[in-house]
Amino acid sequence: MKIDRRSFLAFVIGGAAGSTLSPLPWKLTDDISIWTQNWPWTPVPPRGERTFVTSTCTLCPGGCGISVCKVDDRVIKVEGLKGHPVNDGGICPLGLSAAQLLYSSTRVPGPLKKVAGGWQEVSWSSALGDIAFQLSELRAKAMPESVAWISESDRGTTAELCKRLLTVFGSPNYIRTPSLQDTLETALYLTQGQRAMAGFDLEQADFVLSFGAGLIEGWGSPGHMLRARSAMRAHGGRITHIDPRLSKTAAKADRWIPIQPGTEGALALGLAHVIIREGLFRKEFVDGRTAGFEAFKQLAGEGFAPEAVAKLTGIDAKTIVGLAQSFAGAKKPLAVCGRGSGRVPGGLQEALAVHYLNALVGSINRPGGVIAVPEPEYINWPEPEMDATASKGMQQPRLDGAGSSEAPLARYLLNRLPKALASASASPVQALFVSGANPVHGLAGTAAVAQAFRKIPLIVSLSPFMDETAAMAHYILPTHTSLERYEDVPSALGFPRPVLGLSKPAIKPLLNTKHAGDVVIELARALRSPVAGAFPWADYEGCLKQTLGGSWAALTKAGFVVDAKFSPSGFETASKKFEFKNSELAKLPAFAAAAAPGDERSFPLLLVPYDTLRLAVGAVGSPPFLMKTLEETVLQQDDVLVEINPSTAGGLGLVEGAAAMLSTPQGRARVRVHITDGIMPGLVAMPRGLGHTAHDKFLAGKGVNINDLIAPVEDPASGFEAGWGIRAKLAKA
Amino acid sequence: MDQHNGSNKKFGMVIDLDKCTGCGACMVACMAENNVPVREDETNKMLSLHWMRVYRLTNGKPFPQSEECFLPRPCQHCEGHHGHSPCVSVCPATATDYDMHTGIVSQIPTRCFGCRYCMAACPYHVRQFNWWDPVWPDGMERMLNPNVSVRMRGIVEKCSFCYHRYQIAKDKAYAEGRRELQEGEYQTACTQACPAGAILFGDLNNPKHAVARIAQPDPAREGKSRNPNAFRLLERLGTNPKIYYLSTREWVRKAGDTEVRKPEKA
Repeated sequence: MKIDRRSFLAFVIGGAAGSTLSPLPWKLTDDISIWTQNWPWTPVPPRGERTFVTSTCTLCPGGCGISVCKVDDRVIKVEGLKGHPVNDGGICPLGLSAAQLLYSSTRVPGPLKKVAGGWQEVSWSSALGDIAFQLSELRAKAMPESVAWISESDRGTTAELCKRLLTVFGSPNYIRTPSLQDTLETALYLTQGQRAMAGFDLEQADFVLSFGAGLIEGWGSPGHMLRARSAMRAHGGRITHIDPRLSKTAAKADRWIPIQPGTEGALALGLAHVIIREGLFRKEFVDGRTAGFEAFKQLAGEGFAPEAVAKLTGIDAKTIVGLAQSFAGAKKPLAVCGRGSGRVPGGLQEALAVHYLNALVGSINRPGGVIAVPEPEYINWPEPEMDATASKGMQQPRLDGAGSSEAPLARYLLNRLPKALASASASPVQALFVSGANPVHGLAGTAAVAQAFRKIPLIVSLSPFMDETAAMAHYILPTHTSLERYEDVPSALGFPRPVLGLSKPAIKPLLNTKHAGDVVIELARALRSPVAGAFPWADYEGCLKQTLGGSWAALTKAGFVVDAKFSPSGFETASKKFEFKNSELAKLPAFAAAAAPGDERSFPLLLVPYDTLRLAVGAVGSPPFLMKTLEETVLQQDDVLVEINPSTAGGLGLVEGAAAMLSTPQGRARVRVHITDGIMPGLVAMPRGLGHTAHDKFLAGKGVNINDLIAPVEDPASGFEAGWGIRAKLAKA
Repeated sequence: MDQHNGSNKKFGMVIDLDKCTGCGACMVACMAENNVPVREDETNKMLSLHWMRVYRLTNGKPFPQSEECFLPRPCQHCEGHHGHSPCVSVCPATATDYDMHTGIVSQIPTRCFGCRYCMAACPYHVRQFNWWDPVWPDGMERMLNPNVSVRMRGIVEKCSFCYHRYQIAKDKAYAEGRRELQEGEYQTACTQACPAGAILFGDLNNPKHAVARIAQPDPAREGKSRNPNAFRLLERLGTNPKIYYLSTREWVRKAGDTEVRKPEKA
């Protein structure tokens, strides 16, 4: 048969038409689709028995109850614990992601020692032996006070064990990381004479006036605050939020009043001025239960008239008067301070000004007000026996200057440590332990922090993850993650009642890690007598069980215990009253708002940080789930977006998403801009929690760490970190 | 009639936008519950898989009159006219179906062959295409939930109202000799997680359930709410969705029903 053109075409066209009509292509498409859907690398999760473990979340000081869902020995998910007094079933996105931290690829698998710039795996006994040897040398040289310990908390058995180790070793240098707790505790101490934690009964208040506090952005306990906000609004409560930026809290408030950043304290005094002038304060409280009111009347009376405050804050005088009237006119008003999530302590006098507002309306220690929650008292270990070296070391001044004549009110001043290290020729810190904190990423002015830390000959990190501070350490003694360990949670941050929670291991430790408490006990044992004598417990679990005593059974069953009969105690000042004025308050310098560092001419804009629940700040980095929830207006590929007002953008010729160079007196960084009407002209806002160099590929190298760009600012009244922003310049890149 | 269920249910949600704080817990709860994978770069939201996504709405006014609102958007589980939801009507593979007993729009990943007609038909962008094989970082596959199958690339996926939780709740009730579920027994992961209590879930056909009491659907007008503060997204399209949103702010309610209007003549 001859194949000519005609028959060839007929064959091809006929064949094509025929096979189209046959089931063949459809069957093939289907088969290909099924084949591609059955790649062996698509995981099939194994089935098993589903169980729940009742525990308490320790990823932040919020103290939320959690229920950890397991299938056989795998942790599937973390859920909120229904019926828990703090969060009642709700949970924040970070708490929900705890299992991703447990199974994170950045976990340190076992003890590591830095050798020639790289990491070498070592055994626990050799690592602890090495460290104990170096510590003994310091003790032999009679310089035990050169050992310091940085931690996120100073309460609970683990913190107490660390402090105890330092005490019997002879060092007063236990340092809690800075936060709003510092200022609030000091304010309570000064005015009410109490060493107590500040609780806020938001739920029962009916008018909440927030001076920039990110009530739904990580301030206090997120699980509690989000629930309390809904509850207070359900009974008709209203929120007024003061903030230069339309934060989530501002957007969800009933009223948003923009303010010139840094002038919140002046506004509080301005409101006090109006309340006093118009006689709107609660006489029964002010006359009966306070002292020194005349002095405060004078302070608020001079220089804080609405017109003067209007000039400072940019809020017009009529609004100030109206706000003061509605605040004082409410049945249960409550004023709260602390910018964003309260990561920075802020100025003491600003906190005091807001606290005085609460006193004027009687919102102290009453339902719907500020509650002084007593510090937990269940840890009653016998006083340790100290030798001469230890006693001498404990009498040395603290390296951070807390409690010294310069900063008599502060208990911890981590912000001062870098300076103290930099100014000395030989580092006054010879050994530094860091647990539950990441100061190299989290302190303002990171370059100076890292430089100071490089002078320390021995840094021991107790982080479960390879974070920025761990990367700088000489030893990493990895501890269990939040789902693998026992831990008492002595309080819930900002919660108005005492609540004791227990974190329980949901799963056996996956890696060669130890509990921080066990690290302390074993280190003490390796240090031998007399240090070892202060730690009679076999291990941390034994110590915890013995310490919690009668509460242990209830805690392991329900996960928490509350004191149902709690009512706030009376004031413990000399006058047994709330004191607007006393000898200690009189020592404070005159009220002045802290200025942003930098020169206005070279840096015409102001850079301010903001917080979001979708980014973790503090000891842990954001897990992949959180990174996925970040909005496209916050992160685009690896670039962070800074928020600017359209008028700011117009002046600089920047359009939405445009690349720009952001410079401050501290440094510069490439960013993109997000143009929004939700920010005051002249401001640049950047989120906290990005710009990690450590952690996994989901987080590392994304965005900019705002702490690289801002400088530490010290509060003259207390020594606390009080920076709220820095002068900045933005230019097209 | 379904003999097991007694009467037909119509599961739906009421999301109070005044309560929603935009924290993102619902999104994370959904991802953890439903084995939604995470890629290294999730900043291109057109390519990012979200069964639940929180949108940010703005009133478009200049500083300082600007306002914002957050709107969580799961699958709207449209009933359309008698179960003719937009996506169900176009699926050539019967991979998605409207369940008359529960009112849930299902999605069967192994039936889907990825033609994406449903994505084009869905007015809410709830359906998303799997462009990549789901990959979990080493070790993280241990937290996968065995009750939800892991989807492979090349298929479309979306919110199922956590249907597996309905099955578990029913199994438990039957084992205890009950035929009817209590109101709180079947809850979606997002509802359970919401720390602000902004999401309510239940049976819209059961007048005792909170969702029915608040949404007050009018059966004569395809479920339109009789609550003046309630609205559904793009209600005009006749999709008859089962997610009711509440807001006391008028601009928010209007934003839920935007339409392309002819530009007004200057």
